[in-house]
Amino acid sequence: MRDCVVEDLGRIGFSEAFGIQSKIASERKQGLGVDRLLFVEHPHVITIGRNGHEENLLAKEATLRRAGIELHETDRGGDVTYHGPGQIVAYPIMDLREWKRDVGAFVRAIEQVLIDTLEDFRIEARRIGGLTGVWTDAGKIAAIGVHLSRWVSTHGWALNVSTDLEYFQYIVPCGLSRPVTSMAALGVDANIEEVKSALIAHFGQIFDFEMQREIVGLYI
Amino acid sequence: MTDVVMPQMGESIVEGTLTKWLKKTGDKVERDEPLFEISTDKVDTEIPSPAAGTLGELLVQEGQTVQVNAVVARISEGGNGAPAAAAPPPAQPAEPAAPPPAAAALPAVAAPAPAPPPPPAQEIKQTEAKDKETREPAGPLSPLVRRMARENNIDLSQVTGTGAGGRITKEDLETFTRQPVASAPAPRTSVTRAASPSPAVPIGQAQPTAKTRIEPMSNMRIKIAEHMVMSKRVSAHVTTVHRVDMTRVAKMRAKHKDDFAARYGMSLTFLPFVARATVEALGAFPIVNASIDGTNIIYHNEIHLGIAVALENGLIVPVIRNADEKNVLGLQRSIVDLASRARARQLKPDEIQGGTFSITNFGSFGSVFATPIINQPQVAILGVGTVEKVPVVIDDAIAIRSQCYLALTFDHRLIDGALGDQFTGKVKSVLENWSEEVL
Repeated sequence: MRDCVVEDLGRIGFSEAFGIQSKIASERKQGLGVDRLLFVEHPHVITIGRNGHEENLLAKEATLRRAGIELHETDRGGDVTYHGPGQIVAYPIMDLREWKRDVGAFVRAIEQVLIDTLEDFRIEARRIGGLTGVWTDAGKIAAIGVHLSRWVSTHGWALNVSTDLEYFQYIVPCGLSRPVTSMAALGVDANIEEVKSALIAHFGQIFDFEMQREIVGLYI
Repeated sequence: MTDVVMPQMGESIVEGTLTKWLKKTGDKVERDEPLFEISTDKVDTEIPSPAAGTLGELLVQEGQTVQVNAVVARISEGGNGAPAAAAPPPAQPAEPAAPPPAAAALPAVAAPAPAPPPPPAQEIKQTEAKDKETREPAGPLSPLVRRMARENNIDLSQVTGTGAGGRITKEDLETFTRQPVASAPAPRTSVTRAASPSPAVPIGQAQPTAKTRIEPMSNMRIKIAEHMVMSKRVSAHVTTVHRVDMTRVAKMRAKHKDDFAARYGMSLTFLPFVARATVEALGAFPIVNASIDGTNIIYHNEIHLGIAVALENGLIVPVIRNADEKNVLGLQRSIVDLASRARARQLKPDEIQGGTFSITNFGSFGSVFATPIINQPQVAILGVGTVEKVPVVIDDAIAIRSQCYLALTFDHRLIDGALGDQFTGKVKSVLENWSEEVL
């Protein structure tokens, strides 16, 4: 079984996390290192993907700044989205040549990880054909956006655990006029660490990885 | 002419949207250089050039969706009569573009300068830890918190919980471990881990001036910092230093050096001799190979020797498993292999875990002796000073001997001074009376 190292970077800024991702990805492209699953929690930030449409941003940049929200353009797929506290953002950085060379299968597999995880918390979630992401009756609960270069993935998914959904008012999430929701909004008061543990377990199952949690005291 | 086509990105993918041309008509492109980006199903992919040459007309506009294998542009090889010689790669075999592997050599997407975000006012966590009232931890504890508390020997009744209903969270523990111990008078800024959104910069001190530059710590740096401070807090560090006559080892090394290099393609250093002697001593004093778990002593039956390796911007301690089963040659091989893979960041997680004792070789940087910090949860670390020739008095005559200092830092909670010196004395005596053949 292949190894995947899980690293929890905690609360860090979008740019800083992007720098870390880029560094790991450039090593993977050279065949160095191992596949990694990074967890982060971003301070309030709105990101615009490669297919982003300005009209899906509903506030002026100055307004966002005043509200303490950063704005970033990124190289992931997808449109506009929001990240912030209470949301589990996960960046799987893996070489898809060692799994399946198939972007469709990759996205479907990520959806399955999320669906299985939510099921552990008794939330019924599913796919909606043509609308990548994970959905519940109350709306979209997880967004997906990925970048590939030499079959090495960056970016990933954002799962709303206890996200303050008010912040989504500044955007049309993913360009869709459909509601967003969170585990908390669905009445599930989940501990964010427990959700991460479930995500790690399902990620390992679906991608056939031996998940190695980063050990405290790895470096001296 | 080479056709550039929309690549096959997966079984279910029949078309893709060309989102961005990274080159213009007339641009010179190298083989494998990123040429355009496509978007399929929320995945944005850089597509590399299938050949080197000059990019001809773009047949597909940005924003257009096309079928897999559709031709999106053509590349003419050889450049238009470029002056001979030099750069252009000689005549590519003019085969039609093999379906391009979705490979692209975008070098490390330079990270955008870390935008200094105006710290949103929420979340500037107060260190409430001065609150002295002791009480039982409120509410249930998560497994993570329990584990962290156990690993760091934290008394949970001393920690103020800021989670729901006063629950103790991971952040609370991190805040707690960061606190200066007891009454230390205004110590240097201790390690602060991302309590504020702009990481590691204590609020109020972070205003850059003309004479300073502020840079967030790397992830590795943060971890090293945390580990060092944690270790200092957890263990009662004592360092003892022994002077060791390395003359016998130096002779042995000199005798075999060239042969060793010729046979194995690596140089023979002093370190594997010290490692070998250390393993002997660990066998004789198993408590130095132990660790502490609460009020229990864990004796490890196997000797897994950590070797500190300096990296460009940090350090890491890869582990030689079952070091007692290796001779000098085996140890030297492991050291060279682990150190080179550490520098290439190619170590696997299990190669940096489970060490039972560590060696740090600061002598290689010229240090005579230093006082290393214990690599938790181990209980001792041996620092090796530089080996140099010195005049010494032997039987009232002055002689020239090769000599080094060995510094053992041990955890006085578990290891008493006498034992620490017996252990180091054992390492010394194995080295001074070296008898094992090397080749």
